[in-house]
Amino acid sequence: MNRTTDTHCSSDVYNKNNISIQEKFRQYHSRKILFLTSVSAVIVLLVGIAAAFGSYNLNLLEVYRIIVGGVIVKIFPELTLPESVAGTIIWELRLPRICMAVVSGASLGVAGAIMQGVLRNPLAEPFTLGISSAAAMGASLSIIGGIRLFGSYSVVINAFICAFLATIVIYTIAKSKGMTPETIILSGIAIMFLLDAVTAFMQYLGTAQQVQAVVFWMMGSISVAGWDNVLIVFLIAAVSIPYLVYKASDITIIGAGDETAHSLGINVEKIRMQTLAFGALLTAAVTAFCGIIGFVGLLSPHITRMVIGGDNRYVIPGSALLGAALLLGADTVARTVLAPMILPVGIMTAFVGVPFFMYLFMRKGKESW
Amino acid sequence: MVKVDINQVSFSYPSADVLHDVTFQIGPGEITGIVGPNGSGKSTLIKCIDTILKPKGSILLDGRNVLKMDSVERARNIGLVHQHGSSAMNSTVFETVLMGRRPHSAWRIRDEDIDKVAETLECLGIKDMAMRDFSSLSGGQKQITMLARAICQEPEFLLLDEPTSALDIKNQLEVLDILRTLVKKQSMAAIIAIHDLNLGARYADSIVMLREGMVFSTGKADELYTPEMIEEVYGVKAVVLEVLGKPHVVPVSPIKKESSDQAE
Repeated sequence: MNRTTDTHCSSDVYNKNNISIQEKFRQYHSRKILFLTSVSAVIVLLVGIAAAFGSYNLNLLEVYRIIVGGVIVKIFPELTLPESVAGTIIWELRLPRICMAVVSGASLGVAGAIMQGVLRNPLAEPFTLGISSAAAMGASLSIIGGIRLFGSYSVVINAFICAFLATIVIYTIAKSKGMTPETIILSGIAIMFLLDAVTAFMQYLGTAQQVQAVVFWMMGSISVAGWDNVLIVFLIAAVSIPYLVYKASDITIIGAGDETAHSLGINVEKIRMQTLAFGALLTAAVTAFCGIIGFVGLLSPHITRMVIGGDNRYVIPGSALLGAALLLGADTVARTVLAPMILPVGIMTAFVGVPFFMYLFMRKGKESW
Repeated sequence: MVKVDINQVSFSYPSADVLHDVTFQIGPGEITGIVGPNGSGKSTLIKCIDTILKPKGSILLDGRNVLKMDSVERARNIGLVHQHGSSAMNSTVFETVLMGRRPHSAWRIRDEDIDKVAETLECLGIKDMAMRDFSSLSGGQKQITMLARAICQEPEFLLLDEPTSALDIKNQLEVLDILRTLVKKQSMAAIIAIHDLNLGARYADSIVMLREGMVFSTGKADELYTPEMIEEVYGVKAVVLEVLGKPHVVPVSPIKKESSDQAE
């Protein structure tokens, strides 16, 4: 009965045995770096493949040569490359789309990781919380409703305002007493239906041309990408993702409970509000240009956590990389598998992602969350 | 080495008063047990001291008021262990304990943080499960991990809210033995809200008995635990025996009539 642990606490014992625990932790840490590096390598490979395949097929090495050559010329404008058809196809047609897929996938992956983290909810992502629908409604207000208070950026800004308002509604619901993860998702789905109904109502009122634009866009497509659009999404991601990685430790600790986070010195409300706002911004930017793309935001963080654990300092970049790889892979398949027909990428993300996700769940079972 | 003064701490929700003028002191290396019936304000008091709730009054650590500290300074001074252990999703024991270093470190994990976690895991006898997933642990292992996380904060003052009420008797003794050893060795001050009067008597140096949000009495368990006191505070007829040199309360029957609402 009187078992005590006094003997464990002598400092001699620490020095003899510490090394192994610390080494184990560092090895575990190295595994995370290896994962991030591997996914980055996969993205580089996918970029090459995506740029090589299409109605005009190119050699993979030729593709990398043109991309690297183009980048060098951009950095050193005094150098010039000979004009070529392949160069024009890659730089003007394929790369904007590829870059849009990479940046959008990364943004959605990060948005999902943040929402799952700070709401402590495995099902949270822009799509299931109704935030994508809100962004879609905001964009429809601009395209069909003609609400263009912000000039040519009205679509993005409208999408963001609506996404942010939906985030506040979800946040308020999540904060209410007695709310469980399930009821938060149910509320999100209810909001999604409501906002989709508003969008559908606007479509009903719109012209055939407007409706076609909205429907095509709601299926999720990266085909409209031009360098200007890519730049906007990239800039938003370039500001948001580093900030969220910077706050990653706090997001991880909030995952352990609000009271625990408070007692570890974290201002829970402030961090949750800020990070959700950035999540909404990332979602809005992607949705405004590419429409509603489901699953990437849900799958990428889960797969990342299953492989490298729950430390958000790695989960956020991991989800970004995996989201980028997933969306680029899905888009490449979507535009080549039934060529010349181009399938909506949202369909492909589900086809590619869900079976893999189910496989991981069945393999890891309960431990996966 | 810290002396804690809880001075006239009061807290009320819009609908009800919960704590009234709670005042007591804790010395270095001392564990104070907070006991009392359900709804007497034990958990509320713990939350007020850690400023999860914002009370009136003052909580002084060697004269510094906790209620006026910024969040990081407070986290460096006060550690909290909850009734149910929880960690972030897919976290290992090591990562869970490492969270305790948050008040001392920035984004990057330093070697000294890793050393401190390793040292604490070793000290609490859980180094073998360092790389296990937190969710795969038993209740007792989870509570020891929570204690390790709080210890990694290097607090001078430790708060524990019913840390053993979900555990079986072996795990209860293990967790509380570890706690007592740590508090004595590191001269911390500790408050433990505890439901079990007998565990309170066995592990706490002094007892604060709460009733309806007020301090009913304070002192050593062997002075406080009398059949009359148990009857008055809990509304239960009881006999008080001596077991292993400590008072041991054996409840006999609830008293019906007017105090039956306190007899949970």
